[in-house]
Amino acid sequence: MTAPTSSVITLHINGEPHTLTVDHRTTLLDALRERLGLTGTKKGCDHGQCGACTVLLDGRRALACLQLAVATEGRAVTTVEGVADGDRLHPVQQAFLELDGYQCGYCTPGQICSALAVLEEHAAGWPSAVTADLRPEAGPPALTDDEIRERMSGNLCRCAAYPAIVRAVARAAQERPGESGTVAA
Amino acid sequence: MREFHYRRPARVSDALALLGTDPGARPLAGGTNLVDLMKTGVERPALLVDLRDLPLDRIEATPDGGLRIGATATNSDLAAHPDVRRRYPALAQAVLAGASGQVRIMATVGGNLLQRTRCGYFTAPATTTACNKRAPGSGCAAIAGEHRNHAVLGATEHCVAVHPSDMAVALTAFDATVTYETADGTGELPLAGLYRPVGGTPHLETALPTGALITGVVLPPAPVAAASRYRKVRERASYAFAIGSLAAALDVRDGTVRDVRLAFGAVASHPWRARRAERALTGGPADATAFAAAADAELAAARPLPHNGHKLPLLRTLAVAVLTELAQEAAR
Repeated sequence: MTAPTSSVITLHINGEPHTLTVDHRTTLLDALRERLGLTGTKKGCDHGQCGACTVLLDGRRALACLQLAVATEGRAVTTVEGVADGDRLHPVQQAFLELDGYQCGYCTPGQICSALAVLEEHAAGWPSAVTADLRPEAGPPALTDDEIRERMSGNLCRCAAYPAIVRAVARAAQERPGESGTVAA
Repeated sequence: MREFHYRRPARVSDALALLGTDPGARPLAGGTNLVDLMKTGVERPALLVDLRDLPLDRIEATPDGGLRIGATATNSDLAAHPDVRRRYPALAQAVLAGASGQVRIMATVGGNLLQRTRCGYFTAPATTTACNKRAPGSGCAAIAGEHRNHAVLGATEHCVAVHPSDMAVALTAFDATVTYETADGTGELPLAGLYRPVGGTPHLETALPTGALITGVVLPPAPVAAASRYRKVRERASYAFAIGSLAAALDVRDGTVRDVRLAFGAVASHPWRARRAERALTGGPADATAFAAAADAELAAARPLPHNGHKLPLLRTLAVAVLTELAQEAAR
């Protein structure tokens, strides 16, 4: 018998089902780190202001610290542990590594998950606050450094590795299939 | 955090039954504001009714040329929608100016309208500070304290907090209507009427009936909105609440203002439709002198606090700059 303020749920994380009993107050972030041993996702502010806990829910960016675990049932969670293909790093991870897109590394899992989604959002034609021409006919804006900074602004870096983070995201964008390589890095 | 029950109904009627029977029930949509406030103890729901499975997330054109936006449509889907970008660009800009990419993807339109103020005395984890929203009758610590970003219009000695939404400012400029349901049936409110005047009861924020669920927002057709803009002034380039903001739309022909919509953000407990300024401009010249005079007419009622008087010249400059740009673009 389950207490009414907790539930048995199944979370689908990086393609694997995990069944556990959670107190409803448990965030996805705490479930990942404290219950399932997936400590790649980091706790920074725990109030949705720093982006360190960014994961993908059904392919879109989400803040695991503001997402209740019980409300995540039935959704596909991707954490930084699920980004690489075995030992082969994702191009976004490779770019962060080669271009030093970090210093201490604490915010990096969130930066990488966020960057993955930024590239998808841009490819889908989503505008940003710095996109000059919002008309859908204008097509996706060039992924300039300003566009990258704005789209990544939900991920803080206390070491201020921002210039290298922008370069890494731009490099990963250029390596997307079909990309003409016109983005200034 | 207080322990709570959790339900995820599949039908609106089931959600209404849950919300209508338990006074401690709260709807959960994106959770970006509610879950945060639960962590600090400001919100203490006994039951969360998760709206995720309800069929309220559609954004569709109405036959008359307006737009119907479901309450659980996400901010990011609203900002990316082709009809919003073409016909109400200031709305897309307002949404994109708010929060971060992650928050916009989680957050919903209904939740955006019902989000709480970010006044530091309201959101503080400690319950020792006076706040009439949290504890009616306890006073307002902001009036004699930190209030740089607080209200300059419509506030009272009971509360000087501002509504933090950018989206709602653009929706107010375009005469949006909020639709809702209760167990007794459906209803609607003009967005400008959703928020109650502060008066002596700042803890009573909306005119929604008890147990009501916002189901959507309807935008009437507004040809003037095709030439519209949202501009937000904040302390850093991105991911910050406004010091002041403006949604503006302008229809100018032969140098004369035919139609104009203006709403200020971060100035009051609700988005501030600048009807006095609109009346001053309509039928007159579209030049910087007229724009400044209209802004002054609207802001004549302002009562700044000791540390937020900077908002008035900021809003005036904002109005002149944005309207001048729109007038120049119309002349091309």
